[in-house]
Amino acid sequence: MKEIVVIAEHRRGELRDITWEMLCKGRQLAESAGANLNAILLGKGVNHLAEALKPKVNKVFLIEDERLESYNSETYERALVRLITERKPWLTLIGHTATGMDFAPSLAARLKMPLATDCIGIEIEGETCSVIRQLYGGKINASVSFVKQGPYMATLRPGAFPVLEKDPLPGEIVPLPSPLAAETLARRFLQYVEAAVAEVDITQADILVAVGRGIKDAENIPLVKEFADSIGGVLACSRPVVDKKWLPKGCQVGTSGKTVRPKVYIAIGISGAFQHVAGMKGAGTVIAINKDPKAPIFNVAHYGIVADLFKIVPVIKDKIKGLRKS
Amino acid sequence: MNIIVCIKRVPETTDADISIDKSGKDIDKSSLVFDLNEWDSYAIEEAILLKEKLGGTVTVISMGGEESNESLRKCLAMGADDAIRLTDPAFNGSDGFATARVLAEAVRKIPYDLILTGTQAEDDGYGQVGVVLAELLGIPHAAVVNRIEVQDKRLKVHRELEGGLEEVVEIDLPALLTIQTGINEPRYVSIMGIRKVAKKEIKSFGAPELNLKADEVGLSGSDIRLEKVFLPPVGEAAEILEGKPEEIALKVSEILRDKGGLS
Ligand SMILES: Cc1cc2nc3c(=O)[nH]c(=O)nc-3n(C[C@H](O)[C@H](O)[C@H](O)COP(=O)(O)OP(=O)(O)OC[C@H]3O[C@@H](n4cnc5c(N)ncnc54)[C@H](O)[C@@H]3O)c2cc1C
Ligand SMILES: Nc1ncnc2c1ncn2[C@@H]1O[C@H](COP(=O)(O)O)[C@@H](O)[C@H]1O
Repeated sequence: MKEIVVIAEHRRGELRDITWEMLCKGRQLAESAGANLNAILLGKGVNHLAEALKPKVNKVFLIEDERLESYNSETYERALVRLITERKPWLTLIGHTATGMDFAPSLAARLKMPLATDCIGIEIEGETCSVIRQLYGGKINASVSFVKQGPYMATLRPGAFPVLEKDPLPGEIVPLPSPLAAETLARRFLQYVEAAVAEVDITQADILVAVGRGIKDAENIPLVKEFADSIGGVLACSRPVVDKKWLPKGCQVGTSGKTVRPKVYIAIGISGAFQHVAGMKGAGTVIAINKDPKAPIFNVAHYGIVADLFKIVPVIKDKIKGLRKS
Repeated sequence: MNIIVCIKRVPETTDADISIDKSGKDIDKSSLVFDLNEWDSYAIEEAILLKEKLGGTVTVISMGGEESNESLRKCLAMGADDAIRLTDPAFNGSDGFATARVLAEAVRKIPYDLILTGTQAEDDGYGQVGVVLAELLGIPHAAVVNRIEVQDKRLKVHRELEGGLEEVVEIDLPALLTIQTGINEPRYVSIMGIRKVAKKEIKSFGAPELNLKADEVGLSGSDIRLEKVFLPPVGEAAEILEGKPEEIALKVSEILRDKGGLS
């Protein structure tokens, strides 16, 4: 019987959303292929996480070791190489997250296993697998096949696979001895550091005006700032605007920034890369302004305005000012 | 400190009107402008900053056609010392793994303390090549790095995680880091600056010089194969507000009133 395994991602005592997303997709794949769905959990003092995973899988392989307490690509790789070589799962699923991007490529290379990264779709077709990935910042989709025979490895994009309720499985926790020896590591975890607290809290605003690279230059920021002020909104932005230091980090929406759920989110000159969308898709109503009708942001927006922001934003600002005065 | 930076020339697509080409396997790139991959511009800047502080050399490597000289020259103008281009028809169609294999053979010929790559390429977005390269070379790595401190024979680096959290790790040299945007402010390169390095030699190697067999690289050396490309299906697509700017503005104010509670 085929085996599909999900490498559970967790941090500071909690399983991350991507783990549930992978388990749900894994379940569907397992059902379609008549396979077993198992999870691998590495850590220290994570029995409660194994319990949480149990109803979602046939087996939870649990390795506890103090060297696995904080994620480290080296210890993860050593433990996983051993486990995967022994069990030979036909498909291994890992999250395309900061963690997955750090160990999946080297793990696959070490195991000589074909890897498809950042998949937004994956299906089993007989003895092989086909995946969908995105190219060019999400403007194009590609169907991709594996050339060689399985086993395969794939990293799944966070937020691309819905979490649906399913009947629980008769899960079983299988504790395994740690294969890690007391060897010196070339990479050592030191600590986590938290982002500094921002001056303005964009997570509390009802109306957010978010600006992206389309704003072109720091000197154009006042245009959107005035617009935000005129509608009682708060200014937010995509990552490049922070990278270029046009706005502070606390304004950034997305996977590596803030997750926001305003009543209205107005995205101006933002293309809609998944790392950005992940942070704003909980917004009540999304209005996107972009000059490119094919910008991916129009797939998540409720209302779209295909226009040059420099032409349309001043008009909207003046109109609303006029209406609110009268 | 001797640093190698892997860079890629990519088409600029965010602003462009793109269409699928006749092969159905890629976009039509004939009218697109190309530039250095965004992530790589931060990687090369970081390498030059380290060199300015600690001495040593910066070598840039790119696998691609002759056009890649343009991006390699940009890096030379920024301050890199040497540039190497890996070009061979056999390399065409390489996936992330095969690309890393080609880069690994080139890197083996050069002494280095540190290798920098981008976190991901704007075009294929594998987010894979750097970490595979480290594995093939047998050196430690850290991905998605947004801060580097050099401490003698090791580095203290910050890895960017989700939600503003960072992870600090210590890593022994030689090592490979994949660089995240925002780690620095890439310097501006003037046309004059590019002109100054126009005559600088760019070494070029093919599969034979790298001792690579044709079936180890390109399509035949790849694990995954792109079958076809298509426009992302429009799910519940946005309702496009049309009309004169004035009319659009009025609709936006209505939406803000109804959905945003704007009085
Ligand atoms: C690990 C990782 C984490 C990341 N985390 C985040 C994150 O938290 N948040 C985030 O935002 N990104 C994040 N990114 C980056 C992300 O992949 C994209 O690069 C980024 O979101 C693009 O920002 P943008 O849409 O502003 O810029 P672009 O993609 O360059 O888009 C600019 C848009 O503006 C439009 N435009 C240009 N001129 C005009 C005009 N005059 N009028 C109207 N429209 C115009 C263009 O058509 C285009 O669609 C992350 C990436 C990685 C690898
Ligand atoms: N053809 C190439 N030549 C040189 N470096 C590359 C090439 N392709 C990818 N890279 C490097 O690997 C990084 C990640 O690319 P990718 O894994 O394709 O997303 C890039 O930012 C580059 O630093």
